[in-house]
Amino acid sequence: MLLNGAMLAGLACTISLLKHHSQLETDIERGNRMSKLVRILVWIVVAVAGALSLATVALHRGEAISAMWLVVAALCTYAVGYRFYSKFIAAKVLTLDAMRATPAERLENGRDFIRTNKWVVFGHHFAAIAGPGPLVGPVLAAQFGYLPGTLWILAGAVFGGCVQDFVILLCSVRRDGKSLGQMARDEISKTAGIVAFVAVISIMVILLAVVALVVVNALKDSPWGTFTIGMTIPIALLMGVYLRYVRPGKVLEASIAGFLLVMAAIFGGQWVSQTPNVAHLFTFAGPTLALLIITYGFAASAVPVWLLLAPRDYLSTFVKLGTIAILVIGVIAVRPTLQMPAITRFIDGSGPVFAGSLFPFAFITIACGAISGFHSLISSGTTPKLIARETQTRMVGYGAMAAESLVGIMAIIAACTLQPGTYLAVNSGAGMVGQTPQAAVVTITDWGFPVTSDQMDTLAKNVGEKTLFFRTGGAPAFALGMAKIFSDSLGGKAMAIWYHFAIMFEALFILTVLDAGTRVGRFMLQDALGHIWKPLGRTSWYPSILVTSALMVGGWGYFLWQGIRDPLGGINSLWPLFGICNQLLAAVALCVATTIIVRMGKARYIWVTLVPLCWLLAVTFTASWHKIFNPNPLIGFLAHARQLAAGPVTADLGHRLFNDRLDVAITGILVMLVTVVVIESALQWASVISGRQQAVTREAPFVHTRYAEETA
Amino acid sequence: MKTFFELMLATLREIFDENAYQRFLFRTSSVPSVESYGRFVQERDAAMAKRPRCC
Repeated sequence: MLLNGAMLAGLACTISLLKHHSQLETDIERGNRMSKLVRILVWIVVAVAGALSLATVALHRGEAISAMWLVVAALCTYAVGYRFYSKFIAAKVLTLDAMRATPAERLENGRDFIRTNKWVVFGHHFAAIAGPGPLVGPVLAAQFGYLPGTLWILAGAVFGGCVQDFVILLCSVRRDGKSLGQMARDEISKTAGIVAFVAVISIMVILLAVVALVVVNALKDSPWGTFTIGMTIPIALLMGVYLRYVRPGKVLEASIAGFLLVMAAIFGGQWVSQTPNVAHLFTFAGPTLALLIITYGFAASAVPVWLLLAPRDYLSTFVKLGTIAILVIGVIAVRPTLQMPAITRFIDGSGPVFAGSLFPFAFITIACGAISGFHSLISSGTTPKLIARETQTRMVGYGAMAAESLVGIMAIIAACTLQPGTYLAVNSGAGMVGQTPQAAVVTITDWGFPVTSDQMDTLAKNVGEKTLFFRTGGAPAFALGMAKIFSDSLGGKAMAIWYHFAIMFEALFILTVLDAGTRVGRFMLQDALGHIWKPLGRTSWYPSILVTSALMVGGWGYFLWQGIRDPLGGINSLWPLFGICNQLLAAVALCVATTIIVRMGKARYIWVTLVPLCWLLAVTFTASWHKIFNPNPLIGFLAHARQLAAGPVTADLGHRLFNDRLDVAITGILVMLVTVVVIESALQWASVISGRQQAVTREAPFVHTRYAEETA
Repeated sequence: MKTFFELMLATLREIFDENAYQRFLFRTSSVPSVESYGRFVQERDAAMAKRPRCC
């Protein structure tokens, strides 16, 4: 890269000398040389700062370190990765061409295909890819300490996640905005297309169940949280009326008004929780909350509630972007100290938050913060239809994933600023640490992470909750860490308000994912079932809407119920299952990307996507093996079923045995299907590389852009 | 600084679909009204309903 730069500079220098011999030109040239030297020096400083920060994070032991080391390490790593690695991929592997018209130009229709400002596309893309995953996963993985999660988030994003998003985005742009499933079918085989579909549906069902479980665990026995979240429904309705009839189209001002009302609801929630006669109306146990959420999901999918869903979507986006921004500012302003050790004893697989050893479960758990298969759906969905120039795919694809990864780092920081004993008491299920708070405190303290009931009671009182024990799912722990950072930035004030603001923030956009995801899943099912019986494919036919909505809600509702009833807290089995599905979809996306790179005649750069693919396959296949066959009942589904069968007969024994076997079946089927895709892809690569098959791509024909002058 | 705020506002207007509504008005030669916004929302909902939302 430097050599190329030097050659270009030399060429520019020669031409310049030939054209002009004046003293003025010599001065300009000297200035350019200086500016190049400054640039090189700046990048050396960034690289050295990043390396030093990473070394501090990785090697410092014995005393707590500041979270700023993680922030600096992350920012420098992303900067170097973006400047050098993504530029290498753009120039050598994908050979981005600014003169090639994108689908947004060629197929512009003012609706789906629109040439859009690159920063606006970046905003759209980031808002679409940033879900609850990078917040929850890193918080759960913090049980291993801050080091494993941080290293994987950085390395996984720079060499895996960002690359996947960037390559798939460019591939889709060059194929008229085709979806991942279509590209898998076209470039690999029909089976690959089917596998992509099955993986997507499986991910959606398990994702929706697991995020619903996160909300239930955050809101159970919490009148403050339940009231605030409940109030978002009438607020959204009010916004809907305002947008439709009072000030049509003024979404930004309606969202600001909605945000202010939600803030008022947070303060109202405090009054509710402190008024016993009202508080009991908003105090629900887990199963009741689960039923309420399932009913809400069905209504959101089956009934045309544009009045509720669209305003809620806007409100959620507004809160999401704003909160993530102030969290980054808060961490930089407060520079909190990390209380969690770099590595904990739980790397051996005995962790109470979820069972399983560092490899492969840290990677499965972090999932979206480092690489997410789901992103490939966004990169081959809306975004490629908005890209104005091919060269912008680098910033949007690679850059937005780096930003999402930074959110994951912030989540690790939030979790690790808590005392480890507090973190474990909040995040562990009763089945893992003891059925009572007293038993949990003894178990956790015996592990070497001291915590007392009094400390937990005081903390619960400070945040306006009855108890913080057994609040599995990651959301309450993240909210506590976030509230501590925000509160510290204001001199330790208003901890309860900040805690409930954080809970509202998480629940609001999880519910948005839930209702939008259920509707998307319903449409996908209708598309698929339409091939079997045409009327089922009609999206406006009400019996079809009801049947497919019921199937989708029934799917994730079943897993949610399984999680609610699980004495280990639900997250222990559901989150790894979600992680496995997600990473297997990423493997399919990387198979598509690798096949396209080989077909482009760039087989010498196959390692760019092949290395992350091999890593993902090693991680997911090992994790799947453990989840099915591990003899520890806390990890292996079959061992758990055997343990249940050998134990006392209970009323729900049959159901629990079925649940374990269902989890085995889902994991096994997905692994087999992905194996087929990998084998088919490998055969294609071998065929092209050996010369048996011609390297042909299925790109849309080259059309010269009409906006060449913009590029120049 | 002014450019930064202009850019932020443009991004927000795009994310919140205000610009999409303006484009809709231009494309359908309509003026801002309850009716035109109703038609825009219908069209937007039909397109949005099939978009996946990430984890």
